[in-house]
Amino acid sequence: MSKPLKQIHLAAHFPGVNNTTVWSDPAAGSHIEFSSFAKFARTAERAKFDFLFLAEGLRLREQGGKIYDLDVVGRPDTFTILAALAAVTEHLGLTGTINSTFNEPYEVARQFASLDHLSDGRAAWNVVTSWDAFTGENFRRGGFLPQDERYSRAKEFLATTQELFDSWHGDEIVADRASGTFLSDAKAGAFVHQGQHFDIQGQFNVPRSPQGRPVIFQAGDSDEGREFAASSADAIFSRYSTLDQGQAFYTDVKSRLAKYGRRSDQLLILPAATFVLGDTDAEAEDLAKEVRRQQVSGATAIKHLEFVWNRDLSSYDPDGPLPDIDPDVSENHISKGRAQVRMYRDPLATASEWRERAEANGWSIRDLVIETGNRQAFIGSPSTVAKTINDFVQADASDGFILVPHITPTGLDPFADKVVPLLQEQGVFRTEYEGPTLRDHLGLTHPDDVREERVAS
Amino acid sequence: MSSTPVSPLHLAVALDGTGWHPASWREPVARPRDLFTAAYWADLVAEAERGLLDFVTFEDGLGLQSSHYAELDGRTDQVRGRLDAVLIAARIAPLTSHIGLVPTVVSTHTEPFHISKAIATLDYVSTGRAGLRVQLSARPHEADHFGRRTFPPISLESLRTEAGQERLAEHFDEAADYIEVVRRLWDSWEDDAEIRDVATGRFVDRDKLHYIDFEGRHFSVKGPSITPRPPQGQPIVSSLAHQTIPYRLVARATDVGYVTPHDTDDARAIVAEIRAEQQTAGRAGELLHIFGDLVVFLDDDEATAIARRERLDALAGEPYTSDARIFTGTPAQLADLLQELQGAGLTGFRLRPAVAGHDLPAITQKLVPELQRRGAFRQAYEADTLRGLLGLARPANRYAAAAATA
Repeated sequence: MSKPLKQIHLAAHFPGVNNTTVWSDPAAGSHIEFSSFAKFARTAERAKFDFLFLAEGLRLREQGGKIYDLDVVGRPDTFTILAALAAVTEHLGLTGTINSTFNEPYEVARQFASLDHLSDGRAAWNVVTSWDAFTGENFRRGGFLPQDERYSRAKEFLATTQELFDSWHGDEIVADRASGTFLSDAKAGAFVHQGQHFDIQGQFNVPRSPQGRPVIFQAGDSDEGREFAASSADAIFSRYSTLDQGQAFYTDVKSRLAKYGRRSDQLLILPAATFVLGDTDAEAEDLAKEVRRQQVSGATAIKHLEFVWNRDLSSYDPDGPLPDIDPDVSENHISKGRAQVRMYRDPLATASEWRERAEANGWSIRDLVIETGNRQAFIGSPSTVAKTINDFVQADASDGFILVPHITPTGLDPFADKVVPLLQEQGVFRTEYEGPTLRDHLGLTHPDDVREERVAS
Repeated sequence: MSSTPVSPLHLAVALDGTGWHPASWREPVARPRDLFTAAYWADLVAEAERGLLDFVTFEDGLGLQSSHYAELDGRTDQVRGRLDAVLIAARIAPLTSHIGLVPTVVSTHTEPFHISKAIATLDYVSTGRAGLRVQLSARPHEADHFGRRTFPPISLESLRTEAGQERLAEHFDEAADYIEVVRRLWDSWEDDAEIRDVATGRFVDRDKLHYIDFEGRHFSVKGPSITPRPPQGQPIVSSLAHQTIPYRLVARATDVGYVTPHDTDDARAIVAEIRAEQQTAGRAGELLHIFGDLVVFLDDDEATAIARRERLDALAGEPYTSDARIFTGTPAQLADLLQELQGAGLTGFRLRPAVAGHDLPAITQKLVPELQRRGAFRQAYEADTLRGLLGLARPANRYAAAAATA
């Protein structure tokens, strides 16, 4: 008997502040107005996607001491948008990034438990960490968290919120009018947590939510990040776009689960993926090239090069050759609040590799940035893209994808209309939602069942 | 009363659980098991909107409800537990179209940066109907939920001492800083900062984004906001006040203050004090609403209302008391009272339904028509934004104005 086909998980990321979002296209709408989010969410739900994903920003990015002005700038508040989206959707999971550094566990637990109640069990939290003083300048905590403590705080933060979620068991509210008993237990929600980062106690004031606790997502590729995900997350975002890299990551992360007493289907691996569709593969390739040129203007190319060079390169011609000077490797970086900067861990090596590639191919600065960055993951006709996605999933390079269109709010429509039906025909993607909650869509166990399993064993 | 010259008054309803009477959840009309569902709140706000009310407020707190201010009471015979008010408001926003949505925010333990963007976003999802009600918490047991600060025990008696007043002033100074930061962040983007200039490749004009550079005793915030200036420019800021120090905050920093006068003379005195503070704060020319808070038991005849209140008191085991005046009677009697208090200088009222499922429909279906008959309340929504309903102009952006004169 052949191996049964894996079911693909699909989600949609409302794109935010980066140069993959093509704001200059006449079809691009608002990235702030609620109607954009509602339109996007309805498309994702029409396509039976597992969830919608929102990132967050806590400080406007800067480069060379000035606010970065070339990409989409600004976004609405994650929790508020997700709660409002719960009103215009019925099944779609609602996943938001919330930082564990510039928040407190009691408040975040309240917000996620509330969102889970208000969406009838569709809330998910992408736990991220931050340590930089730059972002900290907007918060009471300031920027004093040492970098090496960020995962230790994140771990304790997450564990503390779990304690708060578990402080109500789900049967406390009896609301019996005749006897006048509202709560079965005066100590409902009682908690005490003493740890390295948090020393808190009291009574949590949100009753147990439909999912028990929100679904937990994690992103982060370091060894610590992978371990954190294996121990504590229901899904991990990865950024590997080739089959080999994806399989290596998949195998590595899934192999870490056993030591935490978890099965391999208890952590889903979901890379983010961009796509460009055309009627034919050739048409899609042409369109993809056009999109990449829209994504990388001359000014954007220079700014992107500055991430690596860490110098003001504004005097360079984006249509000319790469700078022959070396990157500045001092600690104080010209670019602030940008995740991408950390991708270039060895700027000297990156610069020399880029120079070689540009020379060998006759690329200008702009050509180089277009060729090295932000290449779409899936380019082709609907059938090519459906096949590629299915091949990745069946080959255990991922459990599905978080799709990032380059235009809001309509960028998801072609995928929903043309690719999803093909995946459904092949029997690898749902035609109806399995149940009401996000845990149902993701095939995850309810935390109460896990608790019972542990008690039984 | 018909000879009293009438100008339209403003009406808000304060939503809290099944109602403000602690035994309200035991009424047949109450839906105590639905308190943690969106449908419950959607139904209440829809009813308030049918009554053309200016706005609803959502009570909140960072601890379990208690019959004592400063500590938990361990009781199991009253409603305990609640959802985050900002998220309830956001969840309801797409289901309504005219009514203002004003969640409570506890300034003592939350981040002004987060709240500023949350309320700005509430303004976007409601297309201009957002506000917030700032509340502070001096409760030691709530501070323990955060573990960053410890507060000494507090009682109403201790607050009357000189040390208590100093402590109160300190808490309110922090709240004033909080509001200042939230407001600066709302203005930190000029309205036309997003330019999408394809020719130069610039999405925003960064000269129209502003650092707020706030430095205060409890926090400092650099800015700008991550969220562009909300549709109303400045959503409505409101707070509840019972004495001089809180009156000062109302006068200096809010658009709507809720006060709790016990009679007309009291109302006149409170209004005079707030107006004087408003002048001192240099806001004499600005429209600042002063709303009277009243708990209401409304029935078609007074005896029924009194009997209902007594029945609920018996269930609760003690007579209901409140910081606000408790009105028990008919919609016509309440309309008389509201107009009388309006004559003392109040510009609107925030009614606290004793039983949400009973007294809210009584407000919308009996009191409102009575006020309309008297020409004292709107016949239809006359504006699309909360500022519009309250007669407040969309404010100029402080940074844009500064840039223009620089």
